[in-house]
Amino acid sequence: MGKKRILVSLMLAACWFLSSQAFAIDSTRTVLPNGLIVLHSENHNLPIVMVTLIVRAGQVHEPGEKAGLANVTAELLSEGTKARSSKEISEALDFIGASLGISAGADYTTLTLSVLKKDIQKGFDIFSDVLLHPSFPQEEITRVKELIKGSLKHREEDPSFLAGRAFRKEVFGTHPYGRLMEGSAETIDFITREDMMQFHSAYFLPNNAILSVAGDLTPEELQGMLQQYLNEWKKAVVPLTVFGKPAGKPGRSVLKIEKDLTQATLMLGNLGIRREDPDYYAVSVMNYILGGGGFSSRLMRSIRDEKGLAYDVQSFFAAQKESGYYQISLQTKNESANTALAEIITQVKRITAEPVSDEELSEAKSFLTGNFLRRLDTNRKIADFFAAVEFYALGLDYRTNYPGYINAVTKEDILRVARKYLSAEQYVLAVVADQKKAGLQYPEK
Amino acid sequence: MKYFGLLFTLVFFLVSGNAGASDVTEYTLENGLKIILIEEHKAPVVTFQVWYRVGAKDEPAGRSGLSHLLEHMMFKGTPKYGPSVLSRTVQKNGGTDNAYTTKDYTVYFEMLSSDRVALAVELEADRMQNLTLDPKETASERNVVMEERRLRYEDDPQNALFEEVMAAAYKVHPYQRPVIGWMSDLKNIEREALFKYYKTYYAPGNAVIVVAGDIDGEEMMKHIRAAFDDVPRGPESEAVMSREPDQRGERRVILKREAELPYVLMVYHTPSFPDEDSYALEVLNGILSGGKSTRLYQSIVYDKKIALAADADYSGFSKNPYVFFLAATAAPGKDIKDVESALLLEIEKIQEIPPSEREVQKAKNQIESSFIMGQDSIFIQAMKYGTFEMLGGWKLIDTYVEGIRKVTAEDVMKVAKKYFHEENRTVGILVPEKKVKSEE
Repeated sequence: MGKKRILVSLMLAACWFLSSQAFAIDSTRTVLPNGLIVLHSENHNLPIVMVTLIVRAGQVHEPGEKAGLANVTAELLSEGTKARSSKEISEALDFIGASLGISAGADYTTLTLSVLKKDIQKGFDIFSDVLLHPSFPQEEITRVKELIKGSLKHREEDPSFLAGRAFRKEVFGTHPYGRLMEGSAETIDFITREDMMQFHSAYFLPNNAILSVAGDLTPEELQGMLQQYLNEWKKAVVPLTVFGKPAGKPGRSVLKIEKDLTQATLMLGNLGIRREDPDYYAVSVMNYILGGGGFSSRLMRSIRDEKGLAYDVQSFFAAQKESGYYQISLQTKNESANTALAEIITQVKRITAEPVSDEELSEAKSFLTGNFLRRLDTNRKIADFFAAVEFYALGLDYRTNYPGYINAVTKEDILRVARKYLSAEQYVLAVVADQKKAGLQYPEK
Repeated sequence: MKYFGLLFTLVFFLVSGNAGASDVTEYTLENGLKIILIEEHKAPVVTFQVWYRVGAKDEPAGRSGLSHLLEHMMFKGTPKYGPSVLSRTVQKNGGTDNAYTTKDYTVYFEMLSSDRVALAVELEADRMQNLTLDPKETASERNVVMEERRLRYEDDPQNALFEEVMAAAYKVHPYQRPVIGWMSDLKNIEREALFKYYKTYYAPGNAVIVVAGDIDGEEMMKHIRAAFDDVPRGPESEAVMSREPDQRGERRVILKREAELPYVLMVYHTPSFPDEDSYALEVLNGILSGGKSTRLYQSIVYDKKIALAADADYSGFSKNPYVFFLAATAAPGKDIKDVESALLLEIEKIQEIPPSEREVQKAKNQIESSFIMGQDSIFIQAMKYGTFEMLGGWKLIDTYVEGIRKVTAEDVMKVAKKYFHEENRTVGILVPEKKVKSEE
């Protein structure tokens, strides 16, 4: 049975390649004299334009005692510029039905603009203004810091937030990836207006950024806009950041957090891989089979489908620029915590002990290669995709190369990466639960 | 939802757009099955959706959660595609599938590359007729849904308040009950009840197929006819007859449980689309909330700094009259009474002075813009057509767009006066407490 199925899916995979050719989604790449990388995907099927700008200014660039600096800087960009107040910015954007998103991440800050073609000039005018001329008004800083602290408190209502915060801190130790993007109430208080202004002028540079545009815009129109709005953006030397390597956690760490809840939230994992690690594709296939593949994954089939223990269970590898982590998580009623944990451990043991089946391998490859198209089926996704491809240096032909990377993965590769990154003995486990009811058999570290 | 996503609020309003933008055709088979095809060739992908006109509002008393549990069971297979096989089959063809249940309808969908869409047709035709509903699988899936309930409601303070408020706002109409079902009802749902429900509602006469994306209409209809032509029409299903009586005084509910911050949720009974007032209510929603420049955020979050978030939500796309929501999470150390008063003050303002022309235009622009942006996604496109079809016909999309365009500042003030009065209001307050008795 296994063999027949492989044949079928290989055949179908071939068809998919053929059919995808009719819809070439491409991007041009230009480097401007000021160092800004510009990616452009022209699609005139709808009168909309999607802009994504990535600036290498993230959590990894902020000092530990000022954790949250990248985040609060990002939040402040749209809260006032030299020419516009916070209210004027939101009023102008709302009036044209545009949306501006600004968010800091572990490695970079992203600015996105979604706007109708007819309003692109107005939209891009504001977009460039918040990018180049934020004024960081003190009263807005005070207000936004209070909002962030308030929302941190609010999020403590969410057991996954509590588990994730404890989990990443334990996995990454003092490495920036171990902190919350928002920092903590204490570190937020340390951040000053000068810190933000410095952070902005040091990192928000054209030679430190990638601009990706998709939608109803010709190269000439784009050229004109860059000339008009980003011409004054000047190249400068980007400060050198020395990245430490996270040490990782030897042995087993069990973190228990008490909360009066009906369910236990379990989060188990450890350090993972960098996005640019050559193992990335073998890990993608392995993770699909273990717990990334929804209803096709082993964890889901066993824990949800067969045992009815949880609504959702999944594993994922967060592969970031400098490092990464993997995590297996689920929620189950307190009383089932031990049973569910035992099953997670069983599945980790199994995938590190024996090769996956031919059928599992071929199904995983068919999904990952076939579903890849879906990652490019809207203008928003296209703009984001090409920006990320550039950031991780995957190459403009990544879209056509990806299926090859996935199809090259063998059963041996999968066993090798499973053994390299997963362990049934060494891991960090965070458990948020009514601990008495959960009665976890593992003692705390 | 069999997996992920939002259960009761599949919040997708702001579907708008010009109904004529894509190539749309409609067919009805002899067995009553309606088909809407939306040809859109910008990417080689297709979404195939089956909409059943059945949701939580149709459940018998004591069986809340039946529609949603049945939705889960639809993934447990048929004699041909056994348990756990359905989704795997879709996935190994590079696609994804899922489903969701609302108070009014239940939707199943696949997203596939265009050369695989025949697979979706076959799977959906098969499970429309041949669902196994194995008793052991039923018992196991019931446990899964109970875990889902714990995850989304029992352990989520703001969602738990939502249930309390809706249960208080309705005393007659089944919108009183949560889509996921009360825990005690869930425990009692057996295979027989599911089977009867399935046989009553899952049939061509009660279903609509919506396909959007890179399809050839004629080719698509060949597949659909081959798979569905011979399926019997099924019984006539009855519309929900119950009508919620006018509310004659404010209702208040207090929920005390472990939480970090107080939260207020208030609702007013309002008519649904295509009622004449629904357009002005939609614009009013946009004036109150929907961007940082709108009234609730500016007044309560930005100026007064007493809340972390303050939002309105009007869900006009309901089969029967539903409610207008206002909600706010108190900032740390702030009194929830002040937050509630601030929300009410905004209501009073708009009842006394009409909004500015610019505010009205801004709300309309936002609706129009998200209409157009929504067309970028074939999934959202299909959802839009399906939703309007459930409410009376997809051609109502044009009626909706026209209705929104005609709204004036006076209309907005008028509906605010008509519906936002104390007698018509239900208020829920979440009071954080350190220790709480859990449901069981």
